[in-house]
Amino acid sequence: MEPVHKAELMSSEEVSRALTRIAHEIVERNKGAERVALVGVHTRGVPIASRLAELISGFEDTTPQVGKLDITLYRDDLTEIALQPIVKRTEVDFDVHGMRIVLCDDVLFTGRTARAALDALIDMGRPQVIQYAVLVDRGHRELPIRADYVGKNVPTSRAEVVKVKLTETDGEDRVDLLEVKR
Amino acid sequence: MIPGSTAVAIPQREPVSKGPRKNLLDFADWSSEEVIRLFETADVMAQVLTRTIKKVPALQGFSVGLLFFENSTRTRLSFERAARAQSADVMNFASGGSSMSKGESLKDTLRTLDAMQADLYVVRHHASGVPHQLSRWTDAVVVNAGDGRRAHPTQALLDAYTFRNSFPGFDGFAGKKLTIVGDIAHSRVARSNAELWTMLGGEVVLCGPATLLPPELAELPGVKLNARLDEAIEGAHAIMALRLQLERMRPGLLPSAAEYAARYQITERIVAGAHPDAVVMHPGPMNRDLEIEGRLADSPRALVEKQVANGVPVRMAVLYSLLVGKR
Repeated sequence: MEPVHKAELMSSEEVSRALTRIAHEIVERNKGAERVALVGVHTRGVPIASRLAELISGFEDTTPQVGKLDITLYRDDLTEIALQPIVKRTEVDFDVHGMRIVLCDDVLFTGRTARAALDALIDMGRPQVIQYAVLVDRGHRELPIRADYVGKNVPTSRAEVVKVKLTETDGEDRVDLLEVKR
Repeated sequence: MIPGSTAVAIPQREPVSKGPRKNLLDFADWSSEEVIRLFETADVMAQVLTRTIKKVPALQGFSVGLLFFENSTRTRLSFERAARAQSADVMNFASGGSSMSKGESLKDTLRTLDAMQADLYVVRHHASGVPHQLSRWTDAVVVNAGDGRRAHPTQALLDAYTFRNSFPGFDGFAGKKLTIVGDIAHSRVARSNAELWTMLGGEVVLCGPATLLPPELAELPGVKLNARLDEAIEGAHAIMALRLQLERMRPGLLPSAAEYAARYQITERIVAGAHPDAVVMHPGPMNRDLEIEGRLADSPRALVEKQVANGVPVRMAVLYSLLVGKR
């Protein structure tokens, strides 16, 4: 059944302001951008990581390195997402050892994607620290995981869907709340 | 038909099923889109194998039974590596030294293994059709790792994958010619490669002594037969030399190994008649200076080692694609 639109959670301006705030928080918490790298989780985490790196380079002397992470091979719920999920390339072209990695994604929900991403990152080496940035935290955690940087906290019901659109992947920036009617 | 040989059924293409795939017995129910997606998955698997930790948990909790009723080194090791690199458990079975040597039937052997709850069997057997038969006796996924002279689909997949990866900016198999030279009659590799390569849009020429060139293979769409090596190889983008399977041959099929080498050995001189960028492949094990000139096998044109190396990511992709969605 087609999900029904319930509300706009974030406009283009709000997405932009949230990312700018997160960029400043990353620099503040890490006392600069030295050895900070941003790793986006496919699909929409990737443009979020790129934008945060660009924003940070606007007010710091360095541009953080950016990586792309596919966590399909690390998921514990493959059968629930697709019969044959498409595996995308992981492109982390720098040594993660000793780095301050900020993992980026669009929505934090059950925490299972974050867990898989942590496993995938740790298999690449031993970062000094891994932090977690999300555009929207919608609750309903199934694992003891929280984000360090959150664009917007949105209490939702399980029947609702948070749909993030980004210019790079969807042609526009906005976040909507949808509901799947049963 | 070759005197004394058994006719080999040519699989007919059937409509592609939309549901989850169950087995890889041959390419009869595969589409080119599925193969291309498998290659893309293999690219990711190859990336995993270059990392410090060459392992992912994708198939954790799955058991893979390796049923090798016929000798094999590279295929068995390659599947084992592919399963372990995805954290699957592996059960090894070799018919020599097993209860089969005490008279146990194939079906009872499978029942024994089924009781140990394997999720997927990789099967190699000297008789054509055994993996198909096993797939009717078990609910587990069955992957054909070579049956008689019928099919060896994962070898064909890794051969095509190796060819695809040998050209930067590869633009597809359409218009690409593969010439397979040698003991076509006894070769499951030739059959599977012809089936896959033509499905992907390429053309195939099978070449060898007339006694080893079954005319029924010309019925495969996109496949031609030619007993003249110089003609068969003209303009070819890939040349695959096959091992002479002397152990499977009846006397009289070949005058002598020396005469075969004189007429059908793939040499640097012969390759000069192919496409300027032509690559040379061999599924192994190689008989140097019989099927292929030793110095050609060591030249940059030869992809033999890459074929072996690519076997692992391709088989990882096969196991992953067949098992995901089965939990």
